[in-house]
Amino acid sequence: MSNRKGVYTGNELIAIAAIDAGCRFYAGYPITPSSEIMEVMSKELPKVGGAFIQMEDEIASMAAAIGAAWTGVKSMTASSGPGISLKSEHIGYACITETPVVIVNIMRGGPSTGFPTAPSQSDVMQARWGTHGDHPAIALVPGNAKEMYYETVRAFNLAEKFRTPVFILGDEILGHMNTMVELPDPSDLDIVERKIYSPKQGEKYKPFDMSKGDVPPMGAFFRGYRFHLTGLNHNEYGYPTIDRDMIKMQQERMMKKVENHVEEIVKNELFNMDDADYVIFAYGSTGAAAKLASKMLREKGKKVGVFRPITIWPFPDRQIDEVITSGKYKGILVAEANLGQIIYEVERVNRGRLPIKDLLKVDGTPVSPTDIVSRFEEVF
Amino acid sequence: MSFHFEARFGAIGGQGIITAGAFLATAAIMQGLNAVQSPTYTSQVRGGPTKVDVIISEEEILFNRGTKLDLFLATAQRPYDLYYTDLKDDTLVILEENLVKNVREDGRKIIKVPIIELAEKEIGLTVTTSVIATGIVVALTEIVKPDTMKEAILSRVPKGTEAINIRAFELGYEVGKKYR
Repeated sequence: MSNRKGVYTGNELIAIAAIDAGCRFYAGYPITPSSEIMEVMSKELPKVGGAFIQMEDEIASMAAAIGAAWTGVKSMTASSGPGISLKSEHIGYACITETPVVIVNIMRGGPSTGFPTAPSQSDVMQARWGTHGDHPAIALVPGNAKEMYYETVRAFNLAEKFRTPVFILGDEILGHMNTMVELPDPSDLDIVERKIYSPKQGEKYKPFDMSKGDVPPMGAFFRGYRFHLTGLNHNEYGYPTIDRDMIKMQQERMMKKVENHVEEIVKNELFNMDDADYVIFAYGSTGAAAKLASKMLREKGKKVGVFRPITIWPFPDRQIDEVITSGKYKGILVAEANLGQIIYEVERVNRGRLPIKDLLKVDGTPVSPTDIVSRFEEVF
Repeated sequence: MSFHFEARFGAIGGQGIITAGAFLATAAIMQGLNAVQSPTYTSQVRGGPTKVDVIISEEEILFNRGTKLDLFLATAQRPYDLYYTDLKDDTLVILEENLVKNVREDGRKIIKVPIIELAEKEIGLTVTTSVIATGIVVALTEIVKPDTMKEAILSRVPKGTEAINIRAFELGYEVGKKYR
């Protein structure tokens, strides 16, 4: 990695960014189209004193990533839809134990084993509600090679800051494409480092101490003090509880720690929006297609802009509401490579104010700029 | 209008077309252009239809799949049938003469070359088909300099296969020149 300018695949960029962000543990199980992340981690992590394990399955790799995080290191796992389904039980465990861990999903066609080598965006709701129970969710949707790198760095920062799992949702196109990227010097990156809490002599560490703010300080195993973690509703010490107030307060705090910080997590790109009459709402590789479609439509005299979320969870409610209430736009075309998932979120925010049309595609090929242009001309 | 070029190569999994696309994108990048290589393949390791799109541009590349191809190349019937889309009226079509038999005569310029035969007879290795194909493409389009292409090939091929890959590229380049 001495030469920082080079031709990389999107998956390689995620792995390099993870190491640059300080990730020192990876556990995973190979699955198309994400396996190259694992390949790079297996080669590069040992060189920086990190540990790489190919686990016996997806479930175990999620468990190992959570365990590693509680030894005090930044950890990651990567997979695709079928693997994320298997990991879902432990993703819930990471949520309730408030474990910072980065989970990459390079989305492919589904459900089940679906279409391993085809791009898809059909796991965006899985990233929000894939594991049961009320829980906060942060998910980033990079839309180009550079963002595969920088959003991975941001994913680690958000995981540390909010002590919660963070998803990176890529897709087969972004994962496998090769392009030139000039990577920054890692020392120039803003990195959130974990301040591992060390209890004073005689003090009993509380992993869920509500008196220390929405995000309690994180301790680590093997540092000479004991504490308890469980998937059950628990008190400040991490022991199971049936105390109604305690359950309610802990649950609400867990949601609030993300809900109260939406503005610093949300990130969008507004492309050609200033003088636009219509908006294409699209994310990930479809967002990239939308940008080219906007240029193509403008060549035909149609002023179309693009609203491209880079954080999909939490959802950019306020920013979309602003677009709708501005009075500048006549309609929104939502394009996604699934049969309708994020469009319902846009409609929820819209509350019937602007006409919303869809472009939904699940035939194993990406939503292309020409698809968007012809759908736009059909509906607006 | 600034320089912009889109190519699609269709082949059969195992022929190395995805890697060949990466050679072309890498060579373009070495010449200071923006380039993206974007593969499509199936779950079958070998034998499934495969394609690679290569986009080379002076401007920022917004979408990494071809939408208006300048060049379409296919080394077998199935990928020809599947991926013969996103064309312009003047897309240059290059076909494997012996394996793409059912050809649409739609007014586009078609060049037929017995690429696999060349690989077998001249190089002695079928797997060099894709590199020969890139030689033909470079000779016909002059999209990158042949020396840059060789440099790109050398930067990406496994150790021990340098000489045979360069020979395959040079063969394709010489053959391609004849069709100019």
